Amino acid sequence: MSSHDELDVLRSDPESIVDLDRRRFLVGGAVAGIGGVAAAAIHDGELGGPPQSFRGSVPWQEGTADAPPGASGSAYAFFSPAEALFIEAAVARLIPNDEVGPGGVEAGVPFFLDRQLAGRFGQGDHYFLGGPWPKGTPEQGYQSRFSPAQLYRAAIMAIDQYVGANFNGAAFSKIATGDQDKVLKGLESGDIQLDGGVDSKSFFGMLLQNTKEGYFSDPIYGGNKNMAAWQMIGFPGAHYDYKEWVPRHGERVPYPPVGFKGRPGWTES
Amino acid sequence: MTTTLKPVDAVLVGFGWTGAIMGQQLCDAGLNVVALERGPWRDTATDFATGFAQDELRYMWRHHLFQNVAYDTLTIRNNTTQQALPMRHLGAFLLGTGVGSGGVHWNGQIWRFLPSDFLTKSHNQQRYGKKAVSDYDLTVQDWGVTYDELEPYYDQFDRLCGTSGKAGNLNGKIQPGGNPFEGPRSSEYPTPPMIQTYAPTLFGKAAAELGHHPFPHPTGNLSEAYINPLGAQLGACTYCGFCEKFGCGNYSKASPQTTVLPYLMRKPNFTLKTESEVLRVQLTPDRKRATGVTYVNSAGEEFFQPSEMVILSAYVLQNVRLLLLSGIGRPYDPKTGEGIVGKNYAYQTMSSVNVFFDDKILNPFIGAGALATVIDDFNGDNFDHSGLGFIGGAYIAGMVTGGRPIEMIYTPQGTPNWGLEWKHAAAKNYLRSFSLSVHGSCMSHRGNYLDLDPTYRDIHGRPMLRMTFDFTENEHKMSDFLTDRAAEVARAMKPREIKLNRRTGSFSVVPYQTTHNTGGAIMGSSPEDSVVNKYLQCWDVPNLFSMGAGAFPQNAGYNPTGTVAALTYHAAREITTRYLKNPGPLVQA
Repeated sequence: MSSHDELDVLRSDPESIVDLDRRRFLVGGAVAGIGGVAAAAIHDGELGGPPQSFRGSVPWQEGTADAPPGASGSAYAFFSPAEALFIEAAVARLIPNDEVGPGGVEAGVPFFLDRQLAGRFGQGDHYFLGGPWPKGTPEQGYQSRFSPAQLYRAAIMAIDQYVGANFNGAAFSKIATGDQDKVLKGLESGDIQLDGGVDSKSFFGMLLQNTKEGYFSDPIYGGNKNMAAWQMIGFPGAHYDYKEWVPRHGERVPYPPVGFKGRPGWTES
Repeated sequence: MTTTLKPVDAVLVGFGWTGAIMGQQLCDAGLNVVALERGPWRDTATDFATGFAQDELRYMWRHHLFQNVAYDTLTIRNNTTQQALPMRHLGAFLLGTGVGSGGVHWNGQIWRFLPSDFLTKSHNQQRYGKKAVSDYDLTVQDWGVTYDELEPYYDQFDRLCGTSGKAGNLNGKIQPGGNPFEGPRSSEYPTPPMIQTYAPTLFGKAAAELGHHPFPHPTGNLSEAYINPLGAQLGACTYCGFCEKFGCGNYSKASPQTTVLPYLMRKPNFTLKTESEVLRVQLTPDRKRATGVTYVNSAGEEFFQPSEMVILSAYVLQNVRLLLLSGIGRPYDPKTGEGIVGKNYAYQTMSSVNVFFDDKILNPFIGAGALATVIDDFNGDNFDHSGLGFIGGAYIAGMVTGGRPIEMIYTPQGTPNWGLEWKHAAAKNYLRSFSLSVHGSCMSHRGNYLDLDPTYRDIHGRPMLRMTFDFTENEHKMSDFLTDRAAEVARAMKPREIKLNRRTGSFSVVPYQTTHNTGGAIMGSSPEDSVVNKYLQCWDVPNLFSMGAGAFPQNAGYNPTGTVAALTYHAAREITTRYLKNPGPLVQA
């Protein structure tokens, strides 16, 4: 039983319980083995923190701001070397590089995907993966037992097997770009069916969505390098205040893109 | 082991908009109130400060503020011949959780339903004949409450939020610049309308040229600073373009956090418990009275909270599920049409028209959740439906809620979804395109309902809610007619090209449409055709009240929150003035 509910049970006058703020219950939580540092980490804005009770004041707790976790390092943590070859080749076709704007690889999308799949998204932290697992109708959406990380792993293996069987034993990354496009279109339409329990359309949809996420999300997540994708379309990024621009119809807003960590021009290359 | 706690006067199950409003009203009446919220505490400075609030990936695509379906989801199918399967990843609708819930990450679009919307059956039957309300197996009903009865409570919510807008009908007098079709308002909006950016302005001009009646969208993203009757202060919106799916770091969007909690949290007779999920409502052996609720917290401890009154103030889908899990009321059976709990589940019928210019820089990233110019000429029964083969309608909005690039890049008809052609289309059109939103009603239908799933269970071992839903012919005809009207306005803007995104085929859980789920615990004038009376009081269990859009007998062509709040204030008024003196049925069956 947590401390606040004990109070409610044992005290005869609930009116005497005032100013029970978050700080006090985090301290109370320490008795149950939750230290202050861990408590701050638990506050991730989602279900799963310790139960708390508030009365008599607006709660406040220092050091609990729910700032986003960024990507760090540079080496792949999730993709094997063979998987990395597939991902880099596929992302280069989904968003090719040219003078108009960066390609997906140039924007750092493979690294973004790696960090997403190595982390909580890859583990399916916002997916219900319980059974049973009938296939369902297209309208019923994602019905795989795989978490996103499991799906990427299984799909990349199955696609390389498919390509090997149809292109003289080559891996996806080694065939001509025109053939790569044909394979990707076959996955998109579902015309190519894969082994290993992988629904090709489901995987392609997830890969394309995640690729665009890496291309256009804040650079703290490891993609959108130098905010070049934002620059390409004219999105100024995480600006906070556009009030002065509201009545200026048809004018181009001249601000260079800015992210949570500032502008590319503010840091050495 | 279940620990029994000290009894309270009222327990609130869920703590979003309806829980916050009801909590404030009941505490001001002197009641000892406990709110049980399954999610965490949330406040502006901690959870969505301006330094990191504008994060499309984390909030929109990683669902950081939404209900986590890994813990709790529902099953969905289009009709009873299919097996319902779990919504394994949020898509069509983005459910809330935590303190403030959907009131944190809504757009702030504050509407009143039309007077005729509350008389869907009798009004349409009188004007178009019996067939109009019974075709396609429609099961539409009157609400048992009228616009005039609710008007003071719509007004109360406007004053709570500081709603920005321009009245179109003040006490029966039509006002220039407002919505001439709206029901009579007793007072002007508390704050003036937002200033329109380029795209909504172009939409308004084109709509006026066609003879329509454009007006600024009423909004809970405030045009100027405001102090509400509870003393809570809101700031002027900065048009940052991150409202829906996001918390507002600027205290500019009306939410429980910005309007009610600064007041309510200080009340000594109010207690909020977070990470505490109600499992069921407990009843007396004769099932005529609720004795309290059983809940489990995130530490796995189970409690019984005895209470004189139980207020279901969770989201529609949770309220209906709790009624079913607690054995309250007769579950609806679509085969026989008998039973009532779960009946008349409805949604919202959405379509859109994308507009592409060559010569106009629209800056779509300058936006706000309800920044729009709107026409209401084709909503509800604002137009003659004779010969059209449907009832209902939609508002059409030239709306710019933001230009978040993962979600909101529009490309012309025929553009592939990837490759160089897609990239070039994105680069060319992002600054020069926007979308007209067609926000349509959804009538209730015999085959659309909610019940308990026979197969899938949540982490507590309880059956998941099962949703059986598809759009009917009435909705398809309405949506096609309205999308054509939107296309006419789009063409009148003289763009390079437009793209119609019609509402076709069956309901799909995949693409986001809107989190406007309604019905299942519907209100009405008799226990035969409703779960709750006009004061949201359960006919079968008079000390149980069920808030929210579950009470809608069908859904109108507007965003639901204004009506949800008005119904809550209306119920609270009756509880505090009449029920507390003499607890019992407020309407005789």
